[in-house]
Amino acid sequence: MNATEARTRIVEFPGTVAGGDGDAIVVDVPAAQWAAFAEFAKDILGCTYFSFLSAVDWKDEGLEVVAWVDNLDAPFSVLMKTRLGVGVTSCASLATVYRGAGWMEREAFDMFGIHFEGHPDLRRILLDDDWVGHPLLKSYAVDTPYPPYR
Amino acid sequence: MEVKRPVPVVPAPVWKDIKDLQEWQEHHKSRPASGDKHSTQFESLTEGLHSFPGGFVLTTATDAFLNWARKSSVWPVSFGLACCAIEMMATFASRFDVERLGMVPWASPRHSDLMIISGTVTIKMAPMLLRIYDQMPDPKWAVSMGSCANSGGPFRHGYHVVKGVDRVIPVDVYVPGCPPPPESLLNGLLLLQEQIAHFRTTGQRAAPSPKVD
Repeated sequence: MNATEARTRIVEFPGTVAGGDGDAIVVDVPAAQWAAFAEFAKDILGCTYFSFLSAVDWKDEGLEVVAWVDNLDAPFSVLMKTRLGVGVTSCASLATVYRGAGWMEREAFDMFGIHFEGHPDLRRILLDDDWVGHPLLKSYAVDTPYPPYR
Repeated sequence: MEVKRPVPVVPAPVWKDIKDLQEWQEHHKSRPASGDKHSTQFESLTEGLHSFPGGFVLTTATDAFLNWARKSSVWPVSFGLACCAIEMMATFASRFDVERLGMVPWASPRHSDLMIISGTVTIKMAPMLLRIYDQMPDPKWAVSMGSCANSGGPFRHGYHVVKGVDRVIPVDVYVPGCPPPPESLLNGLLLLQEQIAHFRTTGQRAAPSPKVD
């Protein structure tokens, strides 16, 4: 499987739009198909290497979850992203498909407050357990008081 | 007309099962803001001696001797937080060699007199820093090294950084820089030694030295 072959296979997957140049394939996935597409990318496209998962806060347009997976044999990479919709903070978890997504999803939960459904252990990973708010949201005030040191 | 701003509801930190940390924080709240760099027993002894006829000769001489001893054997605790720690290590190493000033970087807070806060203090790290500081025996000193420890530095407007380590522990000398080169830290340590030379058993903090350069 190479990049052009992968593009033709992605067209077969319902609801997705493939873009990007050359070996870096960018795929817009509907939120409902998120975990299904991850399995498709791992099993059919051969993207067995999970690189990272993060999120973007588009303010009025809601949150976007981004994940990057690689096919190390071809090589090509798939950047898959999904819009959660306005006010939606829940997303399907990839932790059952890719073990490496576990901590990345915990970080996205820590920083953006996205609840990954089906995650085995969704806790804060970087901040204190008693932290209030999610700092990388655009609505988070940086001067939020946090006793006793500020 | 005064506009009333909504007060954000922030629950107090819960340290859960770590009981001694709670007790330790209570202890820190009750201590004087100026620090407690003196022994009360020793202080009452010297007060008594001082009021004795001719006793002041003895007490001032003892003070001078003790301060000489204190400033000649300041042991900083090996405690590195961020990139400033690299410069601190360079200061401890042979090129700058703080051992000629009687400073031995020591890997235990219980044998140390000085804590060099070398780097960014995050809100998550602050309780641990305070805990190490409280394990040091009195009299003890603290040097805040670099912009982050002084004021938060470039991360001052971030969400996770303590805006100056003096919100956590009392600080004697602030060394500016990002990071301060070993020369700056060495100058700060020399200033600290001057402060220690003027340290008095009356429990007052040493006044900052007027001599800067």
